[in-house]
Amino acid sequence: MTDTAPILALDNVSKVFNRGGSTVHAARAVSFALHPGRTLALVGESGSGKTTAARLIMREYRPDQGRLLFRGEPIEGSAVRDMKAYRSAVQMVFQDPFSSLNPVHTIRYHLERPMRLHQPSLKGAARDAAIAEVLTRVKLDPALILPKYPHELSGGQRQRISIARALAVNPEVIIADEPTSMLDVSVRLGILNLLNDMKRQLKLAVLYITHDIATARYVAEDIMVMYAGQIVEWGETESVLGNPQHPYTRLLLSAVPDPDRRFGDTRFSDELDRIDLIRRQSALEQPEVREIGPNHFIRPMPV
Amino acid sequence: MNDPVLSIRNLSIDYIGATTDFHAVKNVSFDIGKGEFFGLAGESGCGKSTIAFAISRLHRPPALIRTGSQILLDGRDVLTLDDQALKQLRWREVAMVFQSAMNSLNPVLSIERQFYDVLKTHTGMSRLSARARAAELLKLVDIPADRLSAYPHQLSGGMRQRVVIAICLALNPKLLIMDEPTTALDVVVQREILERIHKLRQELGFSVLFITHDLALMVQVSDRIGIMLEGELVEVNDAQAIYRTPQHGYTRKLWASIPRLTGKPIAEVTP
Ligand SMILES: Nc1ncnc2c1ncn2[C@@H]1O[C@H](COP(=O)(O)OP(=O)(O)OP(=O)(O)O)[C@@H](O)[C@H]1O
Ligand SMILES: Nc1ncnc2c1ncn2[C@@H]1O[C@H](COP(=O)(O)OP(=O)(O)OP(=O)(O)O)[C@@H](O)[C@H]1O
Ligand SMILES: [Mg+2]
Ligand SMILES: [Mg+2]
Repeated sequence: MTDTAPILALDNVSKVFNRGGSTVHAARAVSFALHPGRTLALVGESGSGKTTAARLIMREYRPDQGRLLFRGEPIEGSAVRDMKAYRSAVQMVFQDPFSSLNPVHTIRYHLERPMRLHQPSLKGAARDAAIAEVLTRVKLDPALILPKYPHELSGGQRQRISIARALAVNPEVIIADEPTSMLDVSVRLGILNLLNDMKRQLKLAVLYITHDIATARYVAEDIMVMYAGQIVEWGETESVLGNPQHPYTRLLLSAVPDPDRRFGDTRFSDELDRIDLIRRQSALEQPEVREIGPNHFIRPMPV
Repeated sequence: MNDPVLSIRNLSIDYIGATTDFHAVKNVSFDIGKGEFFGLAGESGCGKSTIAFAISRLHRPPALIRTGSQILLDGRDVLTLDDQALKQLRWREVAMVFQSAMNSLNPVLSIERQFYDVLKTHTGMSRLSARARAAELLKLVDIPADRLSAYPHQLSGGMRQRVVIAICLALNPKLLIMDEPTTALDVVVQREILERIHKLRQELGFSVLFITHDLALMVQVSDRIGIMLEGELVEVNDAQAIYRTPQHGYTRKLWASIPRLTGKPIAEVTP
């Protein structure tokens, strides 16, 4: 896939949640690798397990099966010092800017805290300058924003704060869960360009989780499509989007908003009938892996 | 426009600060016709949600609506209503699906109970009739009636969002405000929900104020679109015109900032 060794990888990871009487397969034999200087996009159904994959990487959940590898070594059972390195190397940008900021603290507090924790040598004016720099990167005015409380910001402004917070500690891996879902398009493009620049300049490895497939195309060299805990299709972004082979990938791509096609157009009701079938079939276990082309794979849907 | 359902005139809203006031909405005027699907787009922080809250009079201090502003719903200025009249206004005339609404359901109450609370408070409906009405409303959004006994965490995000929409339709409002109703959902579910709203408003005749940052989606569903920039409404036109012949430089810039699924990743910027 690439010539660089992966910095972080999930190796055959499974995670099941039990809820009441039912079980949810949030991850089923999930494997993927993140490489320095590359972005991997994760798209798919809501509730398919994208955030679960992120939380497994952040070690908020432990895998039921499989391993998490950091620089080729299993993270489980590694030394405390390595864990600390892992914690500052891998930063997450959360999906929901409404709940990821603490309402009783100012924005200054939200940015100062991670810096204190991970870069204790940075103090006083130098820290203030570093804070101002990350805020400027996400196009917020430090003087205006720092004294504010989360409720005084719009949804998009809050989302930029959580991006700034992740950048504040000079990470090597960014796990970005819907980092731009609440941003208007012009700011969003700025953030996507920022992710692209950081990837190139700082050699960051990025996992980009999104519902906006066109933005995935803009930032990610590789892409994975997830349904019901399984990665059903993956590979080089242009190949997967240009020549989608799994029925769920095709369904997903056909539903991407298209200003040239009005709603109410009857074509969709035919597709709707198929949606249920595709959903039922895609939810079944799909153990076989088929190679479609160079760096392009699917797990064929059982017929 | 003949008999608009909503007519906003010279709306100005400030957030009052200790030292300075922030002008969030500046002298905005627009109409929404009966049965019309109206889209409101613009930069994050430009004042879209502030307008949405003001229409249902849900804005709270430090937000202050300046004198001279008018929000006419069926000809009545909601800014002059007393508490009793306001109660009548909400849900019956205007219902609102909030930004991240799917997290707005009460986690400890069953879906049935959440319908009942709204129906009882506003119509005094009995438990039994509320149950029947709730089942009917769930059907409108393609959720089987047996899910009435479910709790929010037992439903997917898309289902929760559809439940919120169904509750909003409970009292047949004239205007449904949807603030980023599908941002957190996959495009298949988003498409299903908006298809459903599109059909329902044709059947039931309500109007929609739709707020989203997704311009492509907005063009697909809206009849007309307003573009906001820093508190001002800078362009209002038919959806197709906003797409094909945008007049304002800012609208053109928005289109030029949207990554594409096919062809060039980003359209050429037309200055
Ligand atoms: N802590 C938990 N306990 C029980 N079930 C959970 C838990 N976390 C996630 N789940 C379930 O696991 C599945 C995957 O959830 P996840 O949040 O990973 O989906 P997602 O792909 O991120 O969805 P979205 O696109 O809506 O954010 C869902 O069915 C969810 O309800
Ligand atoms: N309680 C408040 N106090 C002070 N300023 C506020 C408050 N609420 C909102 N604002 C400011 O008012 C402006 C408009 O906010 P609003 O939430 O209406 O934006 P929006 O257009 O909905 O943005 P988004 O697309 O990000 O949701 C923003 O600049 C915001 O910072
Ligand atoms: Mg998620
Ligand atoms: Mg808003």
